[in-house]
Amino acid sequence: MSFQTVNLMLGKSFLLNCQIFFVTLLLSLPLGLIVSFGTMNQWQPLRNLPQWKMLRRLSKWKPLVALSKWRPISWLSRVYVYLMRSTPLMLQLALVYYLPGFLNPGHMLSRMTAACVAFVLNYAAYFSEIFRGGIQGVPKGQQEAGQVLGMTKSQIFYHVTLLQVIKRIVPPIGNEIITLVKDTSLANFIMVKEIIAMAKEFGNKSMIWPLFYAGVFFLIFNGLVTLALSKTEKKLDYFR
Amino acid sequence: MAILEVHNIEKHFGATRVLEDISFSLEEGQALAIIGSSGSGKTTLLRCLNFLETPNKGRIVVQGKTLFDAADPATQKESEIRKKRLHFGMVFQSFNLFPQYTALENVTLASQLLAKERPDFKANKKQIFTEIEAEGRELLAKMGLAQRADHYPHQLSGGQQQRVAIARALAMKPDILCFDEPTSALDPELTGEVLKVIRSLAEQKTTMIIVTHEMAFARDVADQVIFMDGGVIVEQGDARQVIEHPTQERTRQFLSRYEENS
Repeated sequence: MSFQTVNLMLGKSFLLNCQIFFVTLLLSLPLGLIVSFGTMNQWQPLRNLPQWKMLRRLSKWKPLVALSKWRPISWLSRVYVYLMRSTPLMLQLALVYYLPGFLNPGHMLSRMTAACVAFVLNYAAYFSEIFRGGIQGVPKGQQEAGQVLGMTKSQIFYHVTLLQVIKRIVPPIGNEIITLVKDTSLANFIMVKEIIAMAKEFGNKSMIWPLFYAGVFFLIFNGLVTLALSKTEKKLDYFR
Repeated sequence: MAILEVHNIEKHFGATRVLEDISFSLEEGQALAIIGSSGSGKTTLLRCLNFLETPNKGRIVVQGKTLFDAADPATQKESEIRKKRLHFGMVFQSFNLFPQYTALENVTLASQLLAKERPDFKANKKQIFTEIEAEGRELLAKMGLAQRADHYPHQLSGGQQQRVAIARALAMKPDILCFDEPTSALDPELTGEVLKVIRSLAEQKTTMIIVTHEMAFARDVADQVIFMDGGVIVEQGDARQVIEHPTQERTRQFLSRYEENS
């Protein structure tokens, strides 16, 4: 087989990696933002229940006090992040792909859809923690300055906080994005014929070099990502 | 009629009582200085006036209108508090300028956002924005910063930043301008330029409340002074009178320490 054929076939399968990459990026960033708002949510529905107040007066039993301070939205978001970050992405891929068919025989997601769903869910968890750090890292005084000038909460977020958050999170988000490019090849665990799977197929025909040559595709792609990231960082360099 | 009346304000954080039974009033065009050692509740009092903290008890009345009444939840709606805040301007100890905006943008941002709520905004957008920008430039010029309008905060000295912050507060045309230790983050040289600006505001009869550790400044610029200790008002009255001839032992103690240091 000629170099050109191998190149073409690897390139075609790399399109699948690219697809997973762009879909994941496009959906997991906003989902991550929502999850980070969830984690920071302060809603404590049990705090002001009159029954609780009475119970609390009767007893200072610690679990009871903790329960009255329970923040269900925050709790749920943190459980989600815990599950996503603490289990292997491969396992999550398998779960998303096989679970629907198991629960409802005959109805399976396509391999690519399952891969995208798993990646989005997984990366949203990581992104949410980065967003949370970025948002909490903006000094409280910024928000207060907006408040005393009569701005609404959403005006403060969009016009005061957001750009400062973006500036803070570009480096850690960049890390995740670069990891994501490489992680897309984990999709071959549920038989998506992405570039590494394709290269392995060449290996079965005792052609080893395409496997290593596949690395070049990642190098080029991540080179572009790195360039874009440092451009973004430079663009935000005009303020501190 | 007093422009501001504060009645029996009380604030606690958990079990700690930070403010107790604070009452005072302020006439239009007067400057009030609040002095006292750190932790005496001065800053919390200013934050209560700006609705950054919610008092547990008491009333705040501006121009005869009750803005806040701890006993009346109707006065505590979040949507209305936003508008009520505009009666007060606030200048923070740590400036809190928005770093991603130029000096001019810092001054005009809130006015621009507020203008969007005007019914005639869509029709006159250009004209409104031009007016806001002109006002912003004028305010900066008044602060001696005409040449710095297009600089970002990190390109300005601390004193310049604080003067931008003063212009930003003035842009909302507050009834009462509050200063929370405006010079405490500045070295002595820069302190002077900020105090000069505040002094000229006092001469133009801006109604002000100034929390400060600059005793000489408080004496010369303020009409009234309040000395706070442990969350209560220990002494209040004519600024010169209180600072030069305090009647309370605690006030004397506090002021004598300043004399030792200066």
